[in-house]
Amino acid sequence: MSADGQSASGPLLAVGQLTKLFGTFAACNGIDLDIKPGEIHALLGENGAGKSTLVKMLFGVLTPTSGEIVWQGQPVRIASPSAARKLGIGMVFQHFSLFEALTVAENIALSMAPGISLNRIAEEASALSHSYGLPLDPKAHVADLSVGERQRIEIVRALLQNPKLIILDEPTSVLTPQEADRLFETLNKLKAEGRSVLYISHRLEEVQRICDRATVLRHGRVTGACDPRKETPSSLARMMVGSDVAHVSAEGTSTKGAVKLEARHLSASARTPFAVSLKNICLKVHAGEVLAIAGVAGNGQGELFDALSGEYPAGSDDVVRIAEKPVGTRGINARRLMGAGFVPEERHGHAAVSALSLSDNLVLARNQSDRRAFLGGGVLGLIRQDAVKRATKRISQAMDVRKSGENPPAGSLSGGNLQKFIVGRELDRQPTVLVVNQPTWGVDAGAASRIRQALVDLAKSGSAVLVISQDLDEIFEVATEIAVISEGRLSDIYPAAELSREKIGLLMGGMYGKTESAETAHAH
Amino acid sequence: MRIELEKRPNVSKLFSILSPVIALVLTMIFGGVMFLLLGKNPVTALYSFFIEPLMEVWSLHELAIKAAPLILIGAGLSVCYRSNNWNIGAEGQFIMGAIAGSILPVVFHEWHSPLVLPLMLLLGMLGGALFAGLPAFLKAHLNTNEILTSLMLVYVAQLFLDWLVRGPWRNPGGLNFPETRTFDPVAILPEMIASGRTNWGFGFAILAAIVIWFMMRYTLKGFEITVLGQSERAGRFAGFSSRKMIWFSMLLSGALAGLAGISEVSGAIQQLRPVISPGYGFTAIIVAFLGRLNPLGIVLAGLVLALTYLGGEAAQLSLGVSDKVTRVFQGLLLFFVLSCDTLIHYKIKLVWSNLTGTATEGAH
Repeated sequence: MSADGQSASGPLLAVGQLTKLFGTFAACNGIDLDIKPGEIHALLGENGAGKSTLVKMLFGVLTPTSGEIVWQGQPVRIASPSAARKLGIGMVFQHFSLFEALTVAENIALSMAPGISLNRIAEEASALSHSYGLPLDPKAHVADLSVGERQRIEIVRALLQNPKLIILDEPTSVLTPQEADRLFETLNKLKAEGRSVLYISHRLEEVQRICDRATVLRHGRVTGACDPRKETPSSLARMMVGSDVAHVSAEGTSTKGAVKLEARHLSASARTPFAVSLKNICLKVHAGEVLAIAGVAGNGQGELFDALSGEYPAGSDDVVRIAEKPVGTRGINARRLMGAGFVPEERHGHAAVSALSLSDNLVLARNQSDRRAFLGGGVLGLIRQDAVKRATKRISQAMDVRKSGENPPAGSLSGGNLQKFIVGRELDRQPTVLVVNQPTWGVDAGAASRIRQALVDLAKSGSAVLVISQDLDEIFEVATEIAVISEGRLSDIYPAAELSREKIGLLMGGMYGKTESAETAHAH
Repeated sequence: MRIELEKRPNVSKLFSILSPVIALVLTMIFGGVMFLLLGKNPVTALYSFFIEPLMEVWSLHELAIKAAPLILIGAGLSVCYRSNNWNIGAEGQFIMGAIAGSILPVVFHEWHSPLVLPLMLLLGMLGGALFAGLPAFLKAHLNTNEILTSLMLVYVAQLFLDWLVRGPWRNPGGLNFPETRTFDPVAILPEMIASGRTNWGFGFAILAAIVIWFMMRYTLKGFEITVLGQSERAGRFAGFSSRKMIWFSMLLSGALAGLAGISEVSGAIQQLRPVISPGYGFTAIIVAFLGRLNPLGIVLAGLVLALTYLGGEAAQLSLGVSDKVTRVFQGLLLFFVLSCDTLIHYKIKLVWSNLTGTATEGAH
């Protein structure tokens, strides 16, 4: 620990010309970055900008192709995560690595050196978690904990190693606003103790709120280093995206038409031990409106989508209605034939098959709804490739899908472009009902704004749009009505203008008395 | 040190086409080494194994007879494997097809009618399909692993056949040999070409391969098979049912295996015996993969594997080596096909990990 005696102004960690090649693709290209002791340093960038690759190199998960890492003045080679931990680098990943069937203490013990008793770990973890304002019960099973609590385990696990630098990868993407506030308090405590934090995010507002300095990445290069408090959100966005992002306009979507999509006391039991059951969900989406369902990930959003789309039909017909007709037990294609369109959350392996071409992925969603256009040969069901390819081209043009070649495999497109295609695939049919789960998850800002505008425009043209999203910014951009899902229950529906972020945050935590109001249940 | 497989950023088109050829060449080289170790001249041994059978018309007919069941079964299996249903029990379905088809010529041997043969073929397909329906039911409704159930049912079928030909179906005039009566001429699959023994089983095989190729290439059903094989969830999104696909693919491959069984019995053997297949149902798995699960490729692969059977027989006669050589060649071929395919998608990386760092970490 001789390096501790260094002057406070010398960087804790300095990275010089760090490069990582995957084949010929440079995920990180000559990155320079330095982190001072006791600062919260933001690493900003869109998905695919190289943020995760960079921190994986810092944490010893990936080996750099070239460049150097200097830790407290000494050049180091970080060969593995355990080597990183020994240096004093802790990391909290975006996707948790916890065993749901084990307790909190057992999960923490797994990452510690062997030979320490479980009781001691439990005591230390409990003491540490309380002193940082992240209370944890070490005996609780992980499966019973909320996502925010699970994240605390990861943070406490990192803190137990007494790190000098903590890396947090998109920590607030799974938190309610209130949970995020508590996290920020903890981060400030860590900072006051002289520890450094490398904070990865694409949320500009929170970066401006808590970070001292920011490094912005785009396409694997550093495009800006700044004090985020001296920048505006739009100047930061410009550094991230490289151009100005179009503003989504939700004007003109307030006129309410007939009810196009309805759920009446929809319940569904959990299909797997760790899934969420839906409890008595009532909702209505009118023509011309965008109903957004907010909520923290893992509160039943996927299950709600499955029930509304008919991928897993409900037990009785009456619980789901499309255009006033009961369809609860009908499959997804029957619902598509009634004018509904669906966009699931997961692009690869659900909305699209990565290895298949775009035109095949068009057939995937529309093999029955566009039977007449896409199929020929009667019972043989011959796929009319020419018609399908024409439609693929039309959709790609309409949504500005950037791709290599005429009809490449879906897996070769970037997340944003594939998502534009998947959304465009439904819009191209002019659906009267569109149900979208996490429309811009992991999508770059340019594509996100295009997709959101398309959803708003669809509602304007008289369709009913249901958007399930974790992203509050997105919800406020597109929604005319907002409801919140928490532990498989849906709150009342509120006009978007009447809800504040704080109110939504409370609803996300499940703090509402659900009333059987005439508005949601007994209107018919 | 440890060995890692690292995914290649892009797959070479050239090598994915060449892969089966490379596998064949490697099989030859290692087969040659094997003959050398056995004390034979590898060049003449390989010549008599792989070339001689192709030099005479009668032996080309034998090749077609042996290739027919391999292609028929392999084409059916390609549908299974593409849809992610791992039917390993084609050997059993082959046997049950042969038994079901033989009901007419064995039990109702007095019935002479032009209808006998078509009905036999239909019964053969039905028998194979129903027997494949068992693992299909178990998988679709009880979520069992079809690899295990279909494989274990092979032994059931083999023992059932053994019991039949030694017991109730034994030829009353057959001097107590474990065989059924020989089939009546109306129950025999006719020859296809005037020059030799090749029967219509080969015609069925080519037809089945073409039909399945057409289905996979042009129809929505083929698309459904591909999608469900790649991702069940995406298939569900498309409105396809993976449960129905289990039934479809298993019944189809079972029916084709059953057709192969009854064609073999009715065309080539002309009676039931305790053993009617030299492992066609298992070899067809190699055929399916060597043909890259493409029915047209499977036709070629079926001919290649049929050659290993013929070569094995020839090697017994001319070289005096055991017919187990056939199995060795088939094993080598499967090994090299699978490894070539793997190496096209992945490259081998030796990781010389820095043991000192982790050793001190692990010591406590």
